[in-house]
Amino acid sequence: MNLRPDPTFHATAKLAMQAPVENYGFTVMLSPDGTQSDGIAVVDLNPKSKTYGEIVHQVIVPNIGDEFHHFGWNACSSSLSPLTGHAFLERRYLIVPGIRSSRIYIIDVKDPLKAKIHKTIEPEELFAKTGYSRPHTIHCGPEGIYVSTLGGGGEDGTDGPPGIFIMDCETFEIIGQYEMDRGPQDKHYDFWWNLPQDYMVSSEWGLPPQFEGGIVAEDLLSNKYGHSIHFWDLRARKNIQTIDLGENHQMALEIRPAHDPTKSYGFCGVVVDTTNLQGAIFTWWRDDDGKWQAKKTITIDPVPADPEDLPDLLKGFSAVPPLVTDIDLSLDDKYLYVACWGLGEMHQYDVSDPMNPKLAGKVELGGIVAHHKHPNGKDFAFGPQMVEISRDGKRVYWTNSLYSTWDDQFYPNDEGGQMVMANVGENGGLTLDKNFYVDFPKGLRAHQIRLEGGDCSTDSFCYPSV
Amino acid sequence: MAEDVISVTALWWAVIFSGLYHGINPGMGWPLAVSAALMERKHTAMAKAIAALAFGHFLAMTAILLPFSLMLFLVEWARDIRIGAGLLVIAMGIYLLVNRRHPKFLARVHPSRLALWSFLAAMAHGAGLMLVPIFLGICSIDNGDAGHQAVQTLMSGNIVTAFAVATVHTLAMTAAGGLIAVIIYLWLGLKFLSKTWFNLDIVWALSLVLVGLLGVIAAYAGY
Repeated sequence: MNLRPDPTFHATAKLAMQAPVENYGFTVMLSPDGTQSDGIAVVDLNPKSKTYGEIVHQVIVPNIGDEFHHFGWNACSSSLSPLTGHAFLERRYLIVPGIRSSRIYIIDVKDPLKAKIHKTIEPEELFAKTGYSRPHTIHCGPEGIYVSTLGGGGEDGTDGPPGIFIMDCETFEIIGQYEMDRGPQDKHYDFWWNLPQDYMVSSEWGLPPQFEGGIVAEDLLSNKYGHSIHFWDLRARKNIQTIDLGENHQMALEIRPAHDPTKSYGFCGVVVDTTNLQGAIFTWWRDDDGKWQAKKTITIDPVPADPEDLPDLLKGFSAVPPLVTDIDLSLDDKYLYVACWGLGEMHQYDVSDPMNPKLAGKVELGGIVAHHKHPNGKDFAFGPQMVEISRDGKRVYWTNSLYSTWDDQFYPNDEGGQMVMANVGENGGLTLDKNFYVDFPKGLRAHQIRLEGGDCSTDSFCYPSV
Repeated sequence: MAEDVISVTALWWAVIFSGLYHGINPGMGWPLAVSAALMERKHTAMAKAIAALAFGHFLAMTAILLPFSLMLFLVEWARDIRIGAGLLVIAMGIYLLVNRRHPKFLARVHPSRLALWSFLAAMAHGAGLMLVPIFLGICSIDNGDAGHQAVQTLMSGNIVTAFAVATVHTLAMTAAGGLIAVIIYLWLGLKFLSKTWFNLDIVWALSLVLVGLLGVIAAYAGY
């Protein structure tokens, strides 16, 4: 408990953009076959440092088989919410869930070079207190830390729907389920909100049997993965509207609301349209009558390919789907970054007009067929995946693994974990930095990145950027 | 008599001072007024928000003071009531010192229900209790030689005093909080929101203990 608010808490997104830049990044390291322990890599991001672009510390957990994926902070700029009146938490702990084991680690990163495990929450406690399993997205909210889960109860996580649970942000005790009325929501993936406007949006991937052993082709072709987004009355904990994006829009994943809380819109990425293999971005917004709407505003076409060059899963299609697996929005709400994991491309769209995004920049790296090399001449395994933008919007970092079993299906011949960085031009445009290329320890892959002091997918701002 | 006038004046200043003190505490809501003006992009939204916060605070003050004003008709128990009230305020202060957890239910109030939020925030922090020893002090001087007055007169007098104390306190609170909100909104900008935000938790709890102690001492001393 501090006497003053943590200096990394910012009232507005604009103030966060003007804050000092990041010195460290925290990146998930995961063992794809569960033979090693997973961990968090601390990466030096200070270009003036001798160890710039190197892993300078690792927190390796004692268990195996956790499969780290997404993670987040115990506290962020949402602590400055005028409703709390108490802005004195520290941004100090990373909440790191294992989506395969359902175990949650709380990692103390006060001194990034000495980061260590502070507390471990065993899966049994999570099951008993929430009825959920396979914890995933983390956001710091009004009453504590909100965690989305991908599975319900039971061995395979299908006993009851998955949902969100709340954790105490100081003691890390699990409090319980969030939902009072979930409506038709029966699958889960990502969620985010607008705190002053008091709404939340959540998305759907699929149930554990649909992803843990790999993508289930029959389920995909019969449109059985998630294709709806849900709108919630955040404080009433009630699903107020569900929008079906159309059953062919399989896997509605990342939810990215505008950072400025006066805006009532945001984006959602769809992995694949089963009618034409396109990837898509939907813009969702609240209309003048208070109803939520969603419209497809970006489509990315598949690229024809020789079946010889394709993994078994895709041979029948003679094309590489873009596979939009992650998106991220800069703090000024201007650029949306879209990872096309199948094509091996990172797109930058100018979304100043959220209904008419314009492609502003593009980087090619990796890819199922293309196998673009990094400008430093090295290979990049898989394709661009988890993307994170620096607070000032000038640097975009990304890693390459999607999810262990899915990597193996789409990229059966690739292996490795890499993290790269691209610089953003003054008027848009994206260029890979030749000198930033982090190769992860052998046998470990890389997933989500968190930047010291918060980034573009951690912090919720409670005041407008005026 | 002159002595009484001085102590009544001092107590009324204490009412005003406690109002200013509550007003500058961000926990009593001035950041909400800034946020309301910015979200709606108009000055009038701030005035409305400040009014709603003031109303909620006023209700919380009267909700605490009125029961005490009614109790005071038990004239012969007046001293014990003052001592009991002082101890209660001390207990609240100690509770807030020991239990440093924040009242989470406040975060569940809808952001537009500012009066409700303000009422609950004041209740949860014992803001009304801080006024009780001061209020009881004023009543005991006002009532003076209470034995000769009709219970009816005494009670209505005390109720009027309760409303007066709550009103003066709330006006002072609104002036202080409103001033900070206006300065941040018009001149300093949101960067100062986090800079002016101090953790008053311990100071607040200690203030309750102090006010309670003074109340108990005053009752013993027969002021």
